[in-house]
Amino acid sequence: MTAVVPERPVGGRLIDQFEYGLDAPICLTWELTYACNLACAHCLSSSGRRDPRELSTAEAEAVIDELQRMQVFYVNVGGGEPTVRPDFWHLLDYAIGHDVGVKFSTNGVKLDRARAQQLAATDYVDVQISLDGATAEVNDRVRGTGSYATAVRALENLAEAGMRDFKVSVVVTRENAGQLDEFRALTDRYGAQLRITRLRPSGRGADVWDQLHPTQAQQRELYAWLLANGDRVLTGDSFFHLSAYGQALPGLNLCGAGRVVCLIDPVGDVYACPFAIHEQFLAGNVRSPGGFQRVWQHSELFADLRSPQTGGACTKCAHFDACRGGCMAAKFFTGLPLDGPDPECVQGYGETALAARDAMTVTPRSSVDHSHTGPVRGQPTLLGMPAIPARPTPAPPARPCDESPLAGMR
Amino acid sequence: MRGVLIDAPVAAPAGPTGGAGAASPSGSGVPAPAPSPGFDPSLPWRRARSVALRPEPFGALVYHFGNRKLSFLKSKALVTVVETLAEHPSADAALVACGVPAAQHAAYRRALADLARSQMIEPRETP
Repeated sequence: MTAVVPERPVGGRLIDQFEYGLDAPICLTWELTYACNLACAHCLSSSGRRDPRELSTAEAEAVIDELQRMQVFYVNVGGGEPTVRPDFWHLLDYAIGHDVGVKFSTNGVKLDRARAQQLAATDYVDVQISLDGATAEVNDRVRGTGSYATAVRALENLAEAGMRDFKVSVVVTRENAGQLDEFRALTDRYGAQLRITRLRPSGRGADVWDQLHPTQAQQRELYAWLLANGDRVLTGDSFFHLSAYGQALPGLNLCGAGRVVCLIDPVGDVYACPFAIHEQFLAGNVRSPGGFQRVWQHSELFADLRSPQTGGACTKCAHFDACRGGCMAAKFFTGLPLDGPDPECVQGYGETALAARDAMTVTPRSSVDHSHTGPVRGQPTLLGMPAIPARPTPAPPARPCDESPLAGMR
Repeated sequence: MRGVLIDAPVAAPAGPTGGAGAASPSGSGVPAPAPSPGFDPSLPWRRARSVALRPEPFGALVYHFGNRKLSFLKSKALVTVVETLAEHPSADAALVACGVPAAQHAAYRRALADLARSQMIEPRETP
């Protein structure tokens, strides 16, 4: 595969420049660990168990040094649950001390009063508490029993410590789409800011996407809500596919994968975006010679992604300039062609495309899966599982060969 | 404007032609910026001390470590102007010294005014 890099235009709109990529990402997502105390039903990175090949402290520091050299001014740190890494607080200080600002996402498990005070006293750090329901009932079904209480305790601690501008991060689902005003009231109560993002069929999200992704009616309501409230809520620009309803939402309205953003995963693999943990979107590894910079600037995959889309069904659509065909990861993990409509295309082309999928279509699955294998305290009940199964029943093997031929033999 | 996966408030991109279309950073979720101190091109300016410029093929990415705003300079000539502001007795003198054609001075002043509003450049005490 030889990427022919098209020539970058001079001048013009920034969005057209971004399509050709930047010398360094504007920002990137860095998942520090696959380990997590929770087992959220929709986890985009299929996290749970720590990967033994996880970057060491020294390797993580080297990545930060490189980001400083490349002038990547801030990173979004996540996981897994990043704060369960014993060196998390050290790496946080190290990054800040090297001009790399940190915004980290957490379920709040480690944010006791002392940590909250420490964070409140630290400049250049942002905290995002994940919450996927404005009530424990809605949240815990997806994130697990007790996770709402944990998050709220963290919010209380941060507010009490005088932390300013921390965020409550919500993945919009069919079950919480009607709670947006309640989320706002909740965040206002703690002096926090609301951030809502789109559910992607990535990781374990693929297993629950049919059940949890907002309906078309909910999408329209969400769009209206964003138009009315958009200036007071953060979205990570993740709802740009809704711009095809008409008025563009505030934001860049461009898929930035491999162009202006990317993901570094816990073992140092660099993917085009945090929602695309799959070998097809793997550009390289920070441990290889030349490090992250070489991957960002010279990987063939990223060169390919930095070509403006010229073909495909979407380019003929009147709304293409508004939505740019939507989210690459959403299409990929629902088995749709990357140059066709987003599965949640607001013009309805996505539903048509989903319905037209061949009966033989096998949706791609990532081979990267760190899900807990045993029962987890506070298992999500969304899938109808008991909170703690008395005796976990193994899932039936998809094919006979998937299970050890000796299974069940005594 | 906000970026992709980017929640940082983004100031309107500054370009010699972009002044007229400059929008306030809608959707950033932060309170509206304080009234700008005003931009007087006859006074001495400099790149704000807490601001870093990262060269890009089209110009530069601008980042303010204090208010964490992100902006973009949409031409290389504007990058040169911003980088050399501090060496000249006034912003206008910097435009002349950088060889910006007189016909474009108004557009460049608008771009610099945008940058002053988002605190990417700041007034200098001594000429």
